[in-house]
Amino acid sequence: MLRFLIRRVLGAIAVIFAISVLVFLIFNVVPATNPAQRIAGKNATPELIKQVEHQWGFDQSLPAQYWTQMKLIFTGEVTSYQSSINVDQRIAEGIPATASLCIGAAVIWLAFGFLFGYLSAVRAGGWLDRGLTVLALIGISMPVFWLASLLLYYFTYKIEVFPASGYKSLSEPIEWAKHLILPWISLAVLFAGFYSRVLRSSMLDVMNEDYVRTARAKGLSQRRVMTKHVLRNSLIPVITLFGLDFGVLIGGGAIVTETLFNIEGVGLFTAEALQTQDFPSIMTVTLFGAFFIVLFNILVDIAYAYLDPRIRLGTSAA
Amino acid sequence: MSATPETAPVMPDAGGGPLLEVDGLRVGFATEDGRVQAVDGVDFQLEPGEVLAIVGESGSGKSVTAQTLIGLTRGPNSYIEGSVRLRGEELTSLSESQLQKVRGSQIAMIFQDPMTSMNPVFTVGTQIIEAIRAHDRSSSRKESRARAVELLEAVGIPDADRRVDAYPHEFSGGMRQRAMIAMGLALEPSVLIADEPTTALDVTIQAQILHLIQDLNRSRGLATILITHDLGVVAEVADRVLVMYGGKVVERGTLEDIFYDPQHPYTWGLLGSLTRLDQPRPHRLPQISGAPPSLLNLPKGCAFRTRCPHEFGKCTEVPGLDARLPGDPNHRDRCWLTPEQKKTLRDVEGRIGLEAPHG
Repeated sequence: MLRFLIRRVLGAIAVIFAISVLVFLIFNVVPATNPAQRIAGKNATPELIKQVEHQWGFDQSLPAQYWTQMKLIFTGEVTSYQSSINVDQRIAEGIPATASLCIGAAVIWLAFGFLFGYLSAVRAGGWLDRGLTVLALIGISMPVFWLASLLLYYFTYKIEVFPASGYKSLSEPIEWAKHLILPWISLAVLFAGFYSRVLRSSMLDVMNEDYVRTARAKGLSQRRVMTKHVLRNSLIPVITLFGLDFGVLIGGGAIVTETLFNIEGVGLFTAEALQTQDFPSIMTVTLFGAFFIVLFNILVDIAYAYLDPRIRLGTSAA
Repeated sequence: MSATPETAPVMPDAGGGPLLEVDGLRVGFATEDGRVQAVDGVDFQLEPGEVLAIVGESGSGKSVTAQTLIGLTRGPNSYIEGSVRLRGEELTSLSESQLQKVRGSQIAMIFQDPMTSMNPVFTVGTQIIEAIRAHDRSSSRKESRARAVELLEAVGIPDADRRVDAYPHEFSGGMRQRAMIAMGLALEPSVLIADEPTTALDVTIQAQILHLIQDLNRSRGLATILITHDLGVVAEVADRVLVMYGGKVVERGTLEDIFYDPQHPYTWGLLGSLTRLDQPRPHRLPQISGAPPSLLNLPKGCAFRTRCPHEFGKCTEVPGLDARLPGDPNHRDRCWLTPEQKKTLRDVEGRIGLEAPHG
């Protein structure tokens, strides 16, 4: 287990390093406006631009620039070219909003995904299964921005039950929840539909296994067979998906939802950084996102070993 | 759930009646191509302490028969007719929850492939304890565990106290089948159904498992239904034999009847295809030519006639499962040939067979 962890952490560092190099190179190749000119302002003289270039290190070699950039990011002193704010600080400020959004949505989509997937599998072929299948397909097919717009129209404009935008901190729990309900739903519907389909097909596969017949043959009730023997063995595909999806979202991937509901989280900041092609911001949010994706991948691998004792960590895992 | 411990339903003891009685059992499944009659009229009786073998090829309906006894084939697409009585109590009309109390506690079942028949994510002990506690709520976890260790010892697993906490993948195939048997015995059932219990095991382990089943059968009076395609296995442990083909019983009798005086050409074919180590090796291994017919499209009359070299005009009529030998009402078969004809036809180069191997 310890050997596994050490190896995975080293691997994760390598992945993050590779991503940072890639992002850095892309931004030095892509023709963007000269950052020095942007910092110096619209009517800057060539001398001023030269001075800024020297001051910010743009005249140094690429490896040197890369090194400087990384040092700034990891010491918390990275500054945006666009608005001269501290990027690390801005991301840190966005974390509570993004975490509230993603954790809340995850609770909703897991609850509904499991409930619908389980019921569909138990009643496979029946009218309940068909109804839930249609519902899941609708959920999967609805674009997030469209669903969010509908929710905004009906619940903040037609009947004003929820506030239209913004984020309130958890210190006011009721306001916090009221501001987040619509974003949670917008984000969760797609995943709930998707997870219920994955769980259903995974459970149907497991239901054909010999050990399920054994469980029935020894006199267990249908419910116990399903909840103990079938569900436990059906979890691996769902856990795999969840690790990836949740890692992406919490690392700033909930861009559409955060933008539409004007939640000042990491996702909204990512959107702004991309729009303004602000290199330090993009670099930092990319590394931030990569960190969470890699982290949740490791957690998923650990969960596998817990779910299936045949999977032993650290012996032959690649 | 009520607080009182759940006990198995009290079975009315019908005096001297058989332990298990199956009458006119028919099992059909609706498929996209039409209804498949997997089992078409199976009757037998099972007495305590007896080993009944059901023999046949894949698709003969032997496994479906066995699973239907404890209701495992019930489903929206299956049609089950006939009667299964355990100590006089009808099982086919029991509700699913009533049947759950019979499964495992009165009739236990073990399956072909011990590699896949145990849940890989729970320890062997957990799975045995679960079987015990499904029927005996008064048994504490600790008591159940002690019982599980006892059972594993009884089926010959060394170091049972430690092995009880092992996962199935940490057991060898033979040990897993032993553990499956231990799980089956947990509630001291009166009937054990073993569905090809040795097919997935290598030959030396096969013999061990068969002897284990035989021991349990003798020492506990455990009535056993042994489903197999292997007549070698049958010869080793069975008291009586049912031979099935195309969903029907084509011959039934005692072990001696089937091995020394077989009446149905299909039985001859099965016996003829046994390789014998005590005789010179034939040029080519004997076989029953052709493949089993599709259950969707069985030949009219005798289902075996399309593969039978002795077919004649009468075979297009369905033969009944009748006693055709004078003075032996329990040895029955479904073949129109007379006993005298059978005696000469089944003789292939001095031993029983369907026909001489070609080439």
